[in-house]
Amino acid sequence: MTVDSFKFLPRLIATFYRMTKRDPQMPIPWTPLDHLLSECTFGLVTSAGLYVRASDRAFDVERERQRPTWGDPSLRVIPSDIESGAVGASHLHFNTTDVVSDFNIQIPIHRFLTLVEEERIGGLAASNYSFMGYQGFPPDTTEWEERYGPEVAEAFINEGVNCVLLTPA
Amino acid sequence: MPVLARKLEAAGLSTVLVTMMPYWAEKVGVPRSLAVEFPFGHSLGEPGNVEQQMRVIRQALDVLETAQNPGAIIHSDERWPHPTDQAIKAWQPEEPSPIIASLAPTFKEMLRNRREIRE
Repeated sequence: MTVDSFKFLPRLIATFYRMTKRDPQMPIPWTPLDHLLSECTFGLVTSAGLYVRASDRAFDVERERQRPTWGDPSLRVIPSDIESGAVGASHLHFNTTDVVSDFNIQIPIHRFLTLVEEERIGGLAASNYSFMGYQGFPPDTTEWEERYGPEVAEAFINEGVNCVLLTPA
Repeated sequence: MPVLARKLEAAGLSTVLVTMMPYWAEKVGVPRSLAVEFPFGHSLGEPGNVEQQMRVIRQALDVLETAQNPGAIIHSDERWPHPTDQAIKAWQPEEPSPIIASLAPTFKEMLRNRREIRE
């Protein structure tokens, strides 16, 4: 089965994507997997706009409402000892009801802890990361590429992470 | 997220992206992708559906283990277990996003003009 990228998209947004011309910048980066997954430590990254309600601030959706062509590029840490119900979602581009009721559908911390218990993977990072996926119109991912992406990479490497699962919302 | 996958991979991490838009992953050039036909905001499945979430995650781990070349996109056979028209309504925010609210009239007009020119 071939996944239909446009199956759940309203016609207007689908048309925008179909009209956007872009070619991949080559070469595509590649880090071969050089350990068994059972020896690898994973880190998780999502763009669902998640944050820890008790201790962190939401993404700046108020500024986005004032300036619709801007999106908050910052990141939030989601720790692996997070409990159910402790995560909020600040994202104006999808209905966040489901991810607030079960954050594992976007940042699968509890599912990965199960994989660690099964010894399918070696470990899970203490800190995982959420971004907020709307980066303006036209999209501007400069801060992701020049500041926050390298910050996450360094943090993961310092924690001994080898592999990353990314889940855009 | 595709640009972040590229950045993290370039920094020495092996990545896999679970995407609902393989069309865009291909255009950006993502190291490894698992494509799933789920509505936006539900990359790994439905809330509380642990079996479904684990199936998708295991498929993503398989992609990570078996992809041989950069740009690999594997398509999952998972299907969203609800009617499409309901799913299209359910994933969208209650209010249109600010950019959609501000641009939609202009974009619709542009599409109308293109249709009129073609006719």
